Amino acid sequence: MATLTPPKPAAQAALSFRVNGRAVQVSASPLDRLSKVLRDGLAFTGTKVGCDAGDCGACTVLFDGDPVCSCLMAAGQAEGHEITTVEGLAERAPIFGRLQQSFLRHGAAQCGICTPGMLVAATALLERKSEPSESEALDAIGGVLCRCTGYRKIITAILDANSTAEAPLSLAGGAVGKRLVRLDGQRKVAGSEVFGADEFPSDALMLRAIRCPHHRARFSFGDVDAFLAAHPGVIRVFTARDVPGENCYGVITPFADQPVFAEKEARFRGEAVAAVAGEPDAITALDMAQFPITWDELPPITDIDTALARGTFPIHSKRKDNVLVRGRVIRGEVEKALAQAEVVVEDQYDTGFVEHAHIEPEAGFARRVGDSLEVQACTQSPYMDRDDLAKILGIAPECVRIIPTAVGGGFGAKLDLSVQPFIALAAWHLRRPVRMVYSRTESIMTTTKRHPARMWMRAGASRDGKLVGVDFQADFNTGAYSSWGPTVARRVPVHASGPYFVPHYRALTRAIHTHLVPAGAFRGFGVPQTAIAQEQVYDQLAEKLGMDPLEFRILNALTNESPTVTGQVLGAGVGIRACFEALRPRWKEARSRASDFNASKTGPVRRGVGVAGMWYGCGNTSLPNPSTIRVGLKRDGRIALHQGAVDIGQGSNTIVTQICADAVGAPIERFDLVSGDTSISPDCGKTSASRQTFVTGKAAQMAGTDLKHAIIRLAGRSDDASISFGDGVIHVEEGDKRKRIHLQDLACDQHGYVITREATFDPPTSSLDENGQGIPYAVYGFGAHMAEVAVDVELGTVRVLKITAAHDVGRAINPTLIEGQIEGGAAQGLGHALMEEFFPGKGENLHDYLIPSAGDMPPVESILIEDPSPVGPLGAKGIGEQAVIPTAPAILNAIYHATGVRIRRIPATPDRIRAAILAAHKDVHLA
Amino acid sequence: MSLYYHPNTLEEAVFILAQQGGSILSGGTDFFPALGEKPITGTVVDISAIYGLKGIVSTPQEHRIGGLTTWTELIARPLPSCFGALKSAAREIGGIQVQNRGTVAGNLCNASPAADSVPALLTLDAEVELISTSGSRRIPLSQFIIGNRKTVRRPDEILTAVIVPRTLDDASSVFLKLGARRYLVISIAMVAVLIQARERHITAAHVAVGSCSVTAQRLSLLESALVGIPARPGIGQIVRPEHLATLAPIDDVRATAEYRMDAALTLITRALDECVRNC
Repeated sequence: MATLTPPKPAAQAALSFRVNGRAVQVSASPLDRLSKVLRDGLAFTGTKVGCDAGDCGACTVLFDGDPVCSCLMAAGQAEGHEITTVEGLAERAPIFGRLQQSFLRHGAAQCGICTPGMLVAATALLERKSEPSESEALDAIGGVLCRCTGYRKIITAILDANSTAEAPLSLAGGAVGKRLVRLDGQRKVAGSEVFGADEFPSDALMLRAIRCPHHRARFSFGDVDAFLAAHPGVIRVFTARDVPGENCYGVITPFADQPVFAEKEARFRGEAVAAVAGEPDAITALDMAQFPITWDELPPITDIDTALARGTFPIHSKRKDNVLVRGRVIRGEVEKALAQAEVVVEDQYDTGFVEHAHIEPEAGFARRVGDSLEVQACTQSPYMDRDDLAKILGIAPECVRIIPTAVGGGFGAKLDLSVQPFIALAAWHLRRPVRMVYSRTESIMTTTKRHPARMWMRAGASRDGKLVGVDFQADFNTGAYSSWGPTVARRVPVHASGPYFVPHYRALTRAIHTHLVPAGAFRGFGVPQTAIAQEQVYDQLAEKLGMDPLEFRILNALTNESPTVTGQVLGAGVGIRACFEALRPRWKEARSRASDFNASKTGPVRRGVGVAGMWYGCGNTSLPNPSTIRVGLKRDGRIALHQGAVDIGQGSNTIVTQICADAVGAPIERFDLVSGDTSISPDCGKTSASRQTFVTGKAAQMAGTDLKHAIIRLAGRSDDASISFGDGVIHVEEGDKRKRIHLQDLACDQHGYVITREATFDPPTSSLDENGQGIPYAVYGFGAHMAEVAVDVELGTVRVLKITAAHDVGRAINPTLIEGQIEGGAAQGLGHALMEEFFPGKGENLHDYLIPSAGDMPPVESILIEDPSPVGPLGAKGIGEQAVIPTAPAILNAIYHATGVRIRRIPATPDRIRAAILAAHKDVHLA
Repeated sequence: MSLYYHPNTLEEAVFILAQQGGSILSGGTDFFPALGEKPITGTVVDISAIYGLKGIVSTPQEHRIGGLTTWTELIARPLPSCFGALKSAAREIGGIQVQNRGTVAGNLCNASPAADSVPALLTLDAEVELISTSGSRRIPLSQFIIGNRKTVRRPDEILTAVIVPRTLDDASSVFLKLGARRYLVISIAMVAVLIQARERHITAAHVAVGSCSVTAQRLSLLESALVGIPARPGIGQIVRPEHLATLAPIDDVRATAEYRMDAALTLITRALDECVRNC
């Protein structure tokens, strides 16, 4: 018998291996995950951690040349081996530089959190095979999840990696409309972008939350002092008692109801009741089950019916009936109209919780600086974070500074506070920097979700196919706290008609509390759910009328002159008909392709084609939502753009700069972006409601124009003069008169600029009356998607073959970025239609909660319609949320076309489709 | 607090296990996800450096798949046609990242009802070899996994190899996995079918179904019904719900039990038809 290997204690040990071609030594436990050691021990933060379970592939590195998940390897296993991270790919593989350029040129990186993993996986493929097939590229990245792009641009970029094509450049005044590479792209493809978990002071403490394991429970703490004494390095436990200001926050102040730490009773599974702060090693080593707390589980309310039942107790004492808010829009006399309608359809639909599944879990750190507090974290809404944290700490908003990091996917989830109140409190009390990184489980369990909806709709038309009335009711399960429930309940009634003229209309909504995770903002604020009902009911109406579904929509499409359901006449920029008409030739071809297929094949696969329309108001519903842009001319002739609109991958850094550059008349290369740090940039509002291109873009256009005029006036010329920029000098030219402005000669203002201009834009809206009549939005985006599907009727599985998406974007500021939004929105819509549902308490991970993988996404053809809005900058409208809305209903209508069954409970998983088919035809073995 | 051992030989590894027990780590693709947010405690024996447990050796009697053979290694290795189903299953295990690290032994010892390799290995009449300081034993795979994440492996034993008899070499085999997305998916149901034919008649038919009961199962009633009949397309029609009576699927977030039974029947039908086309 061999002798026993000398035991290596799993505590700190010196490990040696090679990273990116160099020998490294690092002090770490051999059982630490390799991903942790690469990031924390060796500062290779290009390796991202999305799940710690091998489900997302963000941590992919090469292990002796082969892609592996570094979160699934013990650091001790790397000893004697060669690891390559994204930072080392350039030295390793000559193809990598071209692959990076291809990613930039094709817009394959949006938020950038999955990009390092994608690049590592793709480089491994290209090293073995320089010209791979599409299916080889899909297999190579099949293990890496992306939530932004819809994968197609990534595949295109991999297949085009050998190309030496250059991305387009812009000249002064010619930035808008160009497919410019995103301005923050280089650091995303280098792996050097700083996300929430990537940067923290070396002396930062770590924080973990104690969370309720039940939907509802009372709790009492045990001997916390004994717990602290037994765990050296654990410094302090924080509870509700430690909140110096209000233990209450919420994105919509009048409805604020969420505590930082629950007091006495927790209202949802995952709610924080305490947090433990200490030295990182001590906190990491904690078994949270040892924390002294006793839970007394109480019967929860988990569904809408129970919450509304007579005699049910209120979840919040101030909301006796468990209704958070009601919404209504009423126009005309809907009951009379439907009673007289020649054709009427009535139907009901249900949807579940949907998880944002951004690949970057919430993370950040806070530090106290004197009597001020700084928070660096991933967020979509820096100023709102600032104000709520000030309230929690009981200090003035000016004493809180928010430094937003890059956001590794947000989609609405990062509008609400997550780690911020915990790290803020701990850093405030301890006077040491404190960091916190959510685990994937924590992120899924506790952050907001898309609202489950129960929707009922009755729609009527005249025999000639004109819509005469729509009656709509929806209840939304808003969970334990208000979050964005009021926004959903108020936005939906405005949108439930869809982009059609509906003379008689009634839409009533409620957001209802339960003891489940709060539902909040998720790309579309309830409108994607609404479209699932509305567009399927319209399809049924068209069928009853014997009309083609697309022609029915064209006939009823809103026009510039027709009033919306809130009585608004847009007057211009209503491009919905153009969207449908752009689909018409493709629709006819696709429908006949599908019927040919079905007629000629006898197998279990049936094909179908569906369509759905969409409209979506840009910006807050009838509420102010201004953006302020500051531009400053620097003495070296460069221009500082204080661009406070957080870029969550959608591209506002680039779009807003393109607009501003053309307004100033300066080349885009001359601009220096200043981030949305609340101490240095004015408020551009939150990144939500598809408002940044429209609202912040407009402010940027105004500020840029002001700056140009100020420069011209400095030269004593009229506004017609042209200007050109050199280093430290500006030439102003009007006719044959020329003037040189030497910027070094000029004094600087308090911002440090030769000239500073600020502009604020707030969309012109009006409040809605008691029937919801008025001007809720100044601008709407319009669009229509067509989905082609193949359904295996024996298994109930669906393969989406193609999505064709026509969107009226007013003016395409950057077509590549817009396509990125459309393709990514289509991917989320596909997920919503076919696979995504979160069940609180079950599957708080990314292998039970499924989002589309690379192999699930079909090609997406984007058709950009430019019917300019009179209000938006250069006519531009929003696209961020618009792109997701019509996808799911188009797929569901296509499933119906293929199979004759209508799926009323979303997602249309294989078991639901198969059950519906069996119920519809008992003898459906078509094979 | 935990102790980490990284032995280079099997002898050392089983010695440590005999002395103090401990969890076994190799590819890590199940070890780390199972931790969740809990710290690692106790003894961990990392057997990944034991090179003798890697690779596939074929003798005239049997194929011996080393326990530490990764799925990528198995896919790359030329093997007889009866391994077609196992190779298809290997391509469906996680993504390439997981296939590069995950091992045959790990998939079996983890004993998930949805373990992708188990149905194919059952149809191959595989046995597993377990070694400890007290010796070595071989058990049929069908008796090794006895429940949801339960095996008969003793804590002091290491699964060193999977052994497949060569009597099935010329059989053809098919694996079908049903999930709600293309990559990185836990199956709703999966089926492996192996058919051996002589003179166009079925001489051996092995059918196994995974994710439809706590452990993957062979369907012996169906197998008997298939033996002796002509191996031609359309044989899938022979499958009857009664043949699946031993399955006991559950309702979970992926699908209903009712659907699993229905889908398993369809998958078996298709796999049989596809398999005879390759005979």
